[in-house]
Amino acid sequence: MPSRETFYEVMRQHGITRRSFLKFCSLTAAGLGLGPEFAGKFAHALETKPRTPVIWLHGLECTCCTESFIRSGNPLAGDVVLSMISLDYDDTLMAAAGHQAEELLEQTVEKYDGQYILACEGNPPLNEDGMYCIQAGKPYVEKLRHMADHCKAIIAWGSCASWGCVQAARPNPTRATPIHKVITDKPVIKVPGCPPIAEVMTGVITYMIAFDRLPELDRQGRPKMFYSQRLHDKCYRRPHFDAGQFVERFDDEGARKGYCLYKVGCKGPTTYNACSTLEWNDGLSWPVKSGHGCLGCAEDNFWDKGSFYSAVTNFGAMGGAEATADKVGGILAGAAAVGVAAHAAASTVSRIRSRNSEGTRHE
Amino acid sequence: MSETTSANGFALDDSGQRVVVDPICRIEGHLRIEVNVDENNTIRNAVSTGNMWRGLEVILQGRDPRDAWAFTERICGVCTGVHALASCRAVEDAIGIEIPRNANSIRNLMMLAQYTQDHLVHFYHLHALDWVDVVSALNADPAATSALQQSISPWPKSSPGYFRDVQNQIKRFVESGQLGPFANAYWGSPAYKLPPEANLMAVTHYLEALNFQKEIVKIHTIFGGRNPHPNWLVGGMPCSINVDDTGAVGAVNMAWLNKVSDIINSSIAFVDQVYIPDLKAIASFYKDWLHGGGLSGKNVMSYGEFPAIANNYTNESWMLPNGAILDGDLSTVHDVDPRDPEQVREFVTHSWYEYPDPDAGLHPWDGVTEPRFELGPNAKGSKTNIEALDEGGKYSWLKAPRWRGHAMEVGPLARYLVAYARGQEDIVEQVDSLLTDLDVPITALFSTLGRTAARGLECSWTAHKMRTVFDDMMANIKAGDSATANMEKWEPETWPNDTKGVGFGDAPRGALGHWIHIQDGKIANYQAVVPTTWNASPRDPQGNIGAYEAALLGTPMADPEQPLEILRTIHSFDPCLACASHVISPDGQELARVKIR
Repeated sequence: MPSRETFYEVMRQHGITRRSFLKFCSLTAAGLGLGPEFAGKFAHALETKPRTPVIWLHGLECTCCTESFIRSGNPLAGDVVLSMISLDYDDTLMAAAGHQAEELLEQTVEKYDGQYILACEGNPPLNEDGMYCIQAGKPYVEKLRHMADHCKAIIAWGSCASWGCVQAARPNPTRATPIHKVITDKPVIKVPGCPPIAEVMTGVITYMIAFDRLPELDRQGRPKMFYSQRLHDKCYRRPHFDAGQFVERFDDEGARKGYCLYKVGCKGPTTYNACSTLEWNDGLSWPVKSGHGCLGCAEDNFWDKGSFYSAVTNFGAMGGAEATADKVGGILAGAAAVGVAAHAAASTVSRIRSRNSEGTRHE
Repeated sequence: MSETTSANGFALDDSGQRVVVDPICRIEGHLRIEVNVDENNTIRNAVSTGNMWRGLEVILQGRDPRDAWAFTERICGVCTGVHALASCRAVEDAIGIEIPRNANSIRNLMMLAQYTQDHLVHFYHLHALDWVDVVSALNADPAATSALQQSISPWPKSSPGYFRDVQNQIKRFVESGQLGPFANAYWGSPAYKLPPEANLMAVTHYLEALNFQKEIVKIHTIFGGRNPHPNWLVGGMPCSINVDDTGAVGAVNMAWLNKVSDIINSSIAFVDQVYIPDLKAIASFYKDWLHGGGLSGKNVMSYGEFPAIANNYTNESWMLPNGAILDGDLSTVHDVDPRDPEQVREFVTHSWYEYPDPDAGLHPWDGVTEPRFELGPNAKGSKTNIEALDEGGKYSWLKAPRWRGHAMEVGPLARYLVAYARGQEDIVEQVDSLLTDLDVPITALFSTLGRTAARGLECSWTAHKMRTVFDDMMANIKAGDSATANMEKWEPETWPNDTKGVGFGDAPRGALGHWIHIQDGKIANYQAVVPTTWNASPRDPQGNIGAYEAALLGTPMADPEQPLEILRTIHSFDPCLACASHVISPDGQELARVKIR
């Protein structure tokens, strides 16, 4: 087998100058939220490492994670696939089919035992002996277990692989099961969201390749660099929340002025994700910026936490916060006092939330 | 069975060698195809199997109908948004909500953007490698590639140096020994017909299209906050428009409208200067490969899409018309009514579900399903290690939907045939122009390539139509109307206690309907009958075969070990299996029978 090329060599062969390469490294490091000192380490890593094999499996899912991945602006998905990783199996993109496709799995196990990354999109159903998701005539869960046995680490793409997501919502008829409950002897990096933000996906993979280590995870297994802060705390509409200015109904005066969406169901106060900072699709917008509340799609079991249009306080655990917000909204004078009260309400939400879900506060 | 004829007139013979292709890659979801080939390696029998079931409609029961769009949107992330739209329409139909004119325009823009991006990605990233040999591109002369490109399109990225750079990139990639998604494929097969220069041009555009597609969907990001899975709203759209006043920066403002306009221009340029010329160039080398027609020359159907008039889902309003053609008779187009219990019905005789009356067909509002996974008596292998299926028994997680008892093909070709047969001028002009350019008769459309060509024409049509819709919306805003949502019937107290609705239209892959039954403010029953279920359906109790199975028959394979021809024809439908596999459960009784083991 010919020797594997490094990412830097590939880029040079594409006619990219060293200067542009270093610029790319510093931009990527910045995109990952890392300081300038990391740009050098990043460059060194990319100059010396061959492309890491990645096996990308699909269970029960809707392929929104793959679609999100190819929306990545920096780095471009094409550059990731052609230059940074070696995408040795992905049934959505690969040219081969049938037994030619499945042979590639065995080739990878043989050549790269313990070295490849297993990227899982979707989850395995366990009812009906696993036959609610059939691949090559067999239950998907068998393929998942086999490929997990020989991998280095697992990335659980999206909320299906991380938590179960929509097919696992009540009553979960197929017993769709998240990856970490099926594979218990390998590190699983959860990258939740339905789907996750494109640059979070490419950011996680780039980090692992550049630094040859797993990203630091919170207690729920999510990379801290992207999932340690509540949307609400970084929301550009937060000043309206603090000032008690709310959208009461869609397309009302408040909606047209960009007021806070808390009262029409925004789950930003209980959702840990990077939407309000990285934003979506090259940083163009994100749900709140385009007028709809956050669905909370990166959170465990977000489908079964009541309507997307009830304020988060409507849930038992959050009782009282809406009343506070309403009261706050009614106070027209004294912006400072309003701000304090609202913050108190939000912090209560935060504390209860973290207690209820094993703690995902800023750690 | 050996030799038989299907109820819809296709000769079937399962006596020859059985070839199994599982997984079919470069699609959404999990699909298996089995065929029998005769001694000349021509396909004489075909079996299409949906390999997955997620049970979303069971999950929807008892929930708030206003939330249903978010659940159903997750049926599919490739055709993202189409189920959300159908769901909003179903709820609005049930409750009697009329949406504002701007909301209709924004929905049309989002759906048109979806078609444009989805068709483009399908052509280059899911389908092109069935026709384009990546390895052959290494032998191309970049100067000749440049000349070829410049002879068919004014697209500026066309210099010999540009193609040389891309060729070097592919060369290094191949020489690295890490072939990634291009490994173990069918390069060098005699089924590939393009000269090296056309291959290099197409591979170059594979890469360009991968970078460009993410721009088109930014229309979703502006109006829906993100893509995939933008946000929608029962009663209109969640994005408010504010072009004048305080707080404009917190809403859809002039800067964002300008961005939308720019995206429309660049989408038109890419489709007309890259996609369409590539499509014609590639098709010109495969003009004698006219296999894969199947049902397209017989039975096709469209529900219609893109309402020009808000809240009007009839042919008075549809920019692409509703209709069904039977037995290839283009002189008669039948109206399709998804509400009529006699028209759309689903069968499960050969599906892994059970009906009280096993061979009955049920309208979606009356549907019953409970999963029942069992193999036919002649299947080979075991229940969890299937070597070959028995199409005489149950063999798919898809049901078999039928229109007035007929198996129908749906999708871009079906829509174009219906529009053509209805004499819609813009479509007739587009189709006739393509046929003239390629020097082929209209019957050439009844083929795998016809399906692929119709999708390309439609992509150009949708890109241009975004301009019309956008200009209309701007005129409406100029006239002083900036409403995007009607919240009069937002609260459940304003709804009827017991009501049914249907939301229908055409998604990129074909006719899509959502049927909802709302009781006491909650979903009592929900069902989606989706495009891939029509096309990939198993057989029905009358013995009609579905569009995939029909399309494969009669196709000669260069080498049955290399299923290129099967991939070509199946890919021409743009399969979406996550969409196709679904189930309905009309009451708690069925739900209880979905056992959690």
